[in-house]
Amino acid sequence: MSATRAAVTISGVDKVFRTRKGGEVHALSDVSLEVAAGEFVSLIGPSGCGKSTLMRLVADLDPVTSGTIEVFGKSVEQARKDQDYGIAFQQAGLLPWRTVRANIELPLEIHGVEARARRERSDELLALIGLEDFADHHPDQLSGGMKQRVAIARSMAERPRLLLMDEPFGALDEMTREHMQNELVALCQETGAAVIFVTHSIPEAVFLSDRVVVMSPRPGRITDVIDLSFSSRDEELREDAAFYEGVTAVRSALHGGADASSGPRGVENR
Amino acid sequence: MRTARAQATLWSVVGVLGVAALWELYKAIAPDDGVTVGTVTVLPRTTDIAMPHIWDMVTRLFEPVTRAAGADVLWWAVLQAAAFSLGIAVLGWVLGVVSGMLLALLMQRWITAESAVLPWVVLSQTVPLIAIAPLVKRWGTAIHLGPFQWENWMSVAVIASYLAFFPVAVSALRGLKSPPQADTDLFHAYAAGWWTTLVRLRLPASVPYLMPALKLAAANAVVGTVVAEVSIGLGGGIGRMIIEFAATASGDPAKTWAPILGAVLIGLLSAGLVALLGRGLGRFRRGEVPA
Ligand SMILES: Nc1ncnc2c1ncn2[C@@H]1O[C@H](COP(=O)(O)OP(=O)(O)OP(=O)(O)O)[C@@H](O)[C@H]1O
Ligand SMILES: [Mg+2]
Repeated sequence: MSATRAAVTISGVDKVFRTRKGGEVHALSDVSLEVAAGEFVSLIGPSGCGKSTLMRLVADLDPVTSGTIEVFGKSVEQARKDQDYGIAFQQAGLLPWRTVRANIELPLEIHGVEARARRERSDELLALIGLEDFADHHPDQLSGGMKQRVAIARSMAERPRLLLMDEPFGALDEMTREHMQNELVALCQETGAAVIFVTHSIPEAVFLSDRVVVMSPRPGRITDVIDLSFSSRDEELREDAAFYEGVTAVRSALHGGADASSGPRGVENR
Repeated sequence: MRTARAQATLWSVVGVLGVAALWELYKAIAPDDGVTVGTVTVLPRTTDIAMPHIWDMVTRLFEPVTRAAGADVLWWAVLQAAAFSLGIAVLGWVLGVVSGMLLALLMQRWITAESAVLPWVVLSQTVPLIAIAPLVKRWGTAIHLGPFQWENWMSVAVIASYLAFFPVAVSALRGLKSPPQADTDLFHAYAAGWWTTLVRLRLPASVPYLMPALKLAAANAVVGTVVAEVSIGLGGGIGRMIIEFAATASGDPAKTWAPILGAVLIGLLSAGLVALLGRGLGRFRRGEVPA
């Protein structure tokens, strides 16, 4: 694959946190991964295996200890400054004093997009997430799922070619979650963005991803990469035999990668 | 909303009437010489000199200040003095809020500034007002800038601001540091600089912390003004009026209470002004627990 086609190229990355007492936490060890443009990649693994850390490195929120990460052929810092990615965290993180619309427009506002263009874009996104009627509401008037949808719309406001999402559906109930997954699939097909998606749920990873990256802790590393090439992602896929094969494949990869005695923790099998 | 506000007004009226009723009740039932244990008076005297009747105080307001011909009616004199003091207090409050905010920004921007400045901010409040009043006056009069002349009212405003800046500096610092890491990370991801992060994140987030501090600063500015007027020797305000009228207490007891009413009036007005400001900032105060 040529370098220009890759959205993210991670090569030989190590991340060591130094704690205050002088201890060291080896959060990531020799991690290499390439995410193609438009590709959907999920990171899955037990708690503490470094999924969030890896995502933060790509977003240039923390520096790597060694190794390199390129985003669209640029350094992570340059990519951040060029606004090449959109990001959504586990907590929606909406600003309480801004309306839903103003929250979605925040990145546009910060980057000096003029009011009319901002308004057009937020109208589009509000329609996309089905919250047109809530444009002038404040976050405290929304349910958890609605807030999450706003956060996702905000991450897409600048039409990034890369989306970084850290357990964005973690706080949602199963029904809302499946609904949001369908929406995310639709959104990605529409925008053609590459996605790095952190999750604890095996079915979620299988349903959404082109590839599932399985990680294991102490030190955090990639133990397996599972290719899933479903022809289409719709409600029927959830009942499909190929889907269950995918789930089984990811689950056995997770079990194989962890200590035989303890088994993976923090991973939901639902 | 409307009924809640009507209720609040009702209760404040009840509160004022209650105090007046207590005053008269105590005056009626307690002995004239108060209650003494040995030689120590534990409850105040209730003579008309120590505790004039409420209605005497009110009627006194509508009589002239002195018997001299052409003297103003008392309530008008008190009102003028109150307006004079309120003006200085507002100026002191503005100075205090601005310097408190600037200090907080400095401390938020540079960690070292926080460890260097914060102890002094705290320490500054342990210096008694009486001690700084002559200093401020002396330093002020040492300033010579062309036609500029340091006036006594400026010293009073500076002292008022000295009392007002403290709660603002401390609470604003807490407010500016209040956004969670997820929020600051988000702004970092947007490649937003310090200024953008300040204006769009830190300042709005600090409003709920700032509101009680602004109220406290207003109360401090009023007290600072009244006391500093006395220490500096500035005439025309409530502070000097309290002292002057107290000198005539034995002959005209009801009169001494008039400037105290004026001081209460300033306090109420300044609290009202801050509350008005708080209403204007309402949209940043979502989720704030009503204090
Ligand atoms: N700022 C930090 N300082 C020190 N150690 C850290 C820091 N951030 C993460 N770690 C450590 O790095 C390791 C990986 O953490 P990370 O948050 O990436 O895990 P995760 O896979 O996202 O877990 P979870 O599924 O629970 O979110 C953990 O052992 C954690 O304690
Ligand atoms: Mg995590």
